[in-house]
Amino acid sequence: MGDVSILKKGRKIVIDNQPWEVTDFDFCKPGKGQALYRCKLKNMMTGATMDRTFRSSDRIEQANMEECDCVYSYKSGDQYVFNDNDTYDEIFIKEQVLAGRHVYLNENDTCKILFFNQEPLEVTIPFFAELCVTETEPGVRGDTATNVTKAATLNNGIEVQVPLFVNQGDFIRVDTRTGQYVERSKKA
Amino acid sequence: MSTRAPGNTLSAAKKRNTPALRDLLHRAVRRFFVSRGFAEVSTPVRLTTPALEPHIDALHDGDAWLRTSPEFQLKRRVMCGAGKIFEIGPCYRAGEQGRLHNTKFTMLEWYETGADYRRLITFTNDLIREVVHEINGEPRFDYQGATIDCSGTADLMTVDNAFRHFAGTPSADAVQAGRFEELLAADIEPRLGRTRPMFLTDYPIEQAGFVKAHNDTPDVCERWELYIAGVELANAGSELTDAADYRQRFVAAAAARRALGRTEYPIDDEFLEVIAAGLPPHAGCALGLDRLLMLLADKVDIQAD
Repeated sequence: MGDVSILKKGRKIVIDNQPWEVTDFDFCKPGKGQALYRCKLKNMMTGATMDRTFRSSDRIEQANMEECDCVYSYKSGDQYVFNDNDTYDEIFIKEQVLAGRHVYLNENDTCKILFFNQEPLEVTIPFFAELCVTETEPGVRGDTATNVTKAATLNNGIEVQVPLFVNQGDFIRVDTRTGQYVERSKKA
Repeated sequence: MSTRAPGNTLSAAKKRNTPALRDLLHRAVRRFFVSRGFAEVSTPVRLTTPALEPHIDALHDGDAWLRTSPEFQLKRRVMCGAGKIFEIGPCYRAGEQGRLHNTKFTMLEWYETGADYRRLITFTNDLIREVVHEINGEPRFDYQGATIDCSGTADLMTVDNAFRHFAGTPSADAVQAGRFEELLAADIEPRLGRTRPMFLTDYPIEQAGFVKAHNDTPDVCERWELYIAGVELANAGSELTDAADYRQRFVAAAAARRALGRTEYPIDDEFLEVIAAGLPPHAGCALGLDRLLMLLADKVDIQAD
């Protein structure tokens, strides 16, 4: 257990055995009284948010978080296997930890895994993925008055809106955080 | 466009240049005190023992402590016959860092022999009005979209009324429940001084510092705090005069610090010796100049410079 003075924006602490991140922080010290540490917190597992005010006499537990750099290797059943860059250990990550972004993973992608008490909590995958358009309507030249985008299916099965000039077989860049088209890829 | 006095057209440029604004502020403050017959003094920053308060921690500097306020050095001067003195200088409070706090900050502190806390309200109200007028060309300034009018007489509210009105509970009950600071910070402070400076008066005796209890109602003390735009700007009171009272407060503060697991500071026996014959009746005020500068510069964070 530590002193409340470690509290600041971005700090990760444990409340009821769960990791919470301090998203906003205000140090208050009214008059001759004791200091108050007013925090907005976000549960790193559930996404729930709450406000909590700590006093200088409170004890708080800093979350035991570790981050490792790794590389995506392969899929094994419903788990995704990563290789730790330092130890070369294999780390098995369940699909739900990837929160839907498993569709963007390519072999050898550089990723970061955040652990809480040695359990994988969050995986940060590359922000952009290069994907191939497997199916889309041909763009009709001059049709910009009515539509500026059209639907396209990508090689990983997801559907995105793309500009009309994108054709089947083209490679495009997608933002993995939003699922949106970014630009045509340089890859042939 | 502003339709106010010509002086105000300079205020935008002044606000951006904080060092220049600080210079104007310090000059205006000095001019005010000198015009009222006060002498500026410079007291030691490194002390053999810091002020003994439950919730204020000092920084250690080798074999000495950095002052958290000039209070006890200035009171020594009062004992030696200094009638009206003021000091502007750095103070250091360990672990205080945030939107309104800097570990090292600039304090304006003054003492007037023969005055009490009520007289200081008028005095401080005049100080704010005149300083703002000198800097801004008129006795008002804009802060975060609202105009703070410093031209009037002092706006007062007792701590108990503020608690009842804004927090829905008498202040004594809040103290009992250990929720005084929490309710003050969450429900009351943000509402104070939004359009005019507001003096919050008559604090519970538990929050007295080194200020006298009220003669008629000993559960409150002769202490007030000034708020502008929800920001706590100054703290003042009718000060204790008897060495025995100081010793009692020191002992209580030491016990409170021990209970909270805070570093223990020695009791300032030298101070108690100096004032053994009793201080003359006097009142004092401590004002955070960096916060006043922040307000005049229309900033919300004291760090922003």
